[in-house]
Amino acid sequence: MTRAISQDNAVSSSRMTRALIYAVLLVFIFYYLLPLYVMVANSFKPLDEIRGGDLMALPKDWTIAPWASAWSSAQIGVEPTGLKPYFINSILIVVPAVTLSTIFGALNGYVLTKWRFKGDGLVFGMMLLSCFIPFQIVLIPGAKVLGFLGLAGTIEGLVLIHFAAGIGFSTLFFRNYYAAFPTELVKAAQIDGATFFQIFWRILLPSSAPIIVVTVIWQFTNQWNDFLFGASFSGFGSTPMTVALNNLVNSSTGVKEYNVHFAGAILAALPTLLVYIVAGKYFVRGLMAGAVKG
Amino acid sequence: MNHLQQWLPRLVLAPSFFVILVFVYAFILYTGYLSFTDSRMLPSYGWVGFENYTKLFSLRHWNTALVNLAIFGVLYIVICSALGLLLAILLDQKIRGEGFIRPIYLYPMALSFIVTGTAWKWFLDPGIGIENTFHNLGWTSFHFDWIKDRNYAIYTVVIAAVWQSSGFVMAMFLAGLRGVDNEIIKAAQIDGASPVRIYRKIIIPMMRPVFLSAFVVLAHLAIKAYDLVIALTGGGPGRATEVPATFMYSYTFTRNQMGVGASSAIIMMIMVFSIIIPYLYSELKSGDNQ
Repeated sequence: MTRAISQDNAVSSSRMTRALIYAVLLVFIFYYLLPLYVMVANSFKPLDEIRGGDLMALPKDWTIAPWASAWSSAQIGVEPTGLKPYFINSILIVVPAVTLSTIFGALNGYVLTKWRFKGDGLVFGMMLLSCFIPFQIVLIPGAKVLGFLGLAGTIEGLVLIHFAAGIGFSTLFFRNYYAAFPTELVKAAQIDGATFFQIFWRILLPSSAPIIVVTVIWQFTNQWNDFLFGASFSGFGSTPMTVALNNLVNSSTGVKEYNVHFAGAILAALPTLLVYIVAGKYFVRGLMAGAVKG
Repeated sequence: MNHLQQWLPRLVLAPSFFVILVFVYAFILYTGYLSFTDSRMLPSYGWVGFENYTKLFSLRHWNTALVNLAIFGVLYIVICSALGLLLAILLDQKIRGEGFIRPIYLYPMALSFIVTGTAWKWFLDPGIGIENTFHNLGWTSFHFDWIKDRNYAIYTVVIAAVWQSSGFVMAMFLAGLRGVDNEIIKAAQIDGASPVRIYRKIIIPMMRPVFLSAFVVLAHLAIKAYDLVIALTGGGPGRATEVPATFMYSYTFTRNQMGVGASSAIIMMIMVFSIIIPYLYSELKSGDNQ
């Protein structure tokens, strides 16, 4: 919706005002880009150049050593492993959790719009409300139940938690999308003898590409960027990237290697930034759908 | 066969609903129950009534957390909305390069709060950040050490959070502005209304639903704010940037006061629900009427 071309809201104005508008917009371009610039520029500097110099300056002495260190040798907690194993943990958590919450979200949306039953409104209402709970409320029982299931500190446990936290939004996205899909087509297919899954597979799914992309991006961004669940439920061997980055930056021992911290922060940001650059339109659509319901 | 087809939809929905029922609603009840018990390091089931809540509201840290949430929440919501609206209006003036500018304003929303916190932590650090930059430029009396100052540290959380979220609010307002009917504006222009007047009297009042959505999204983000505080200030200096989310975590998991932690989580939930439930209710109702 934001891609729509500018309308005639633009009130005709003098040259001065237009110059002023462009100036303000330019200032804000700098404002939003500055922290990213600072991260990138300083991730390529040797440490003394940051400590003795200026955070805003370009590197004089370009080096990729901070990147190498952040990736494979920096001290995270007690282990000098770099962020690499945690990056892999995050992928192992996020890929199944995104896949599951998208598949079930699609099926739920299909049921809630095309196979309505008594009480479906309540089911949807409960799933919708679950999107907004402060996650602090599930931390204590979450730890207990994951322990009971033998999933404490495991990748599988975090997948389950992310699924539970994400399924409400996936269901919401697909429900709103399928609500606009002509029910007559489903009815006609039913009369022709098509089964529940045949109708989903042959009629709804082929036209679901946009909402699948929106859901995958939304879930991926949220789960990759999660910190609270990672900090609460992960153990050795399942700690995600965000928690590792925070450990790297806030480890109290030794010299503060700002350049390594910046390189690590960019590594943690890279997957979601990449998704944003490739599919920004869908990213925005997901944000909007999460904000404006109905 | 027919019987199966009839039950299949409910069967398909069942796993998700079961997970939500257990992992959300049963968990809420359990935390609610714990908040009335004498749980310390581990859950325990000695009933103590409202003792945890009384204790919670007598704790200095909790009061700091509430005051910080109020400061942070109000500034975050007001600044993000004002900035978002301003940028959206400016971008809506047939700007050349809009397609280039918009993604730049919005990309911080794709980042983790941990990344944002890390970037701003060093950026605002007086030793190596902006203060140092100005000193190098020769302005040696320049002083900006809010992040190390107990009284001002919470405002640095606002600065970083606004940087992250204001572009998103801009996108919401832009979508709203693009939905305004041109005829109304044309008519006002013919009547000789000035651009500022058209915005003040006609367009901005029409943005009411967007203001409401932005308020709900931002308020619920503010109450849940945890990652950013941890990454930016770690709740410090001292406990100066304690917010309810960091309070809940530290009382439950490091201070071994699980009962108090649980009661703080319940209070947080009540805060979120008192904003979200009326909103969802009105949204769903208006959705049904269409």
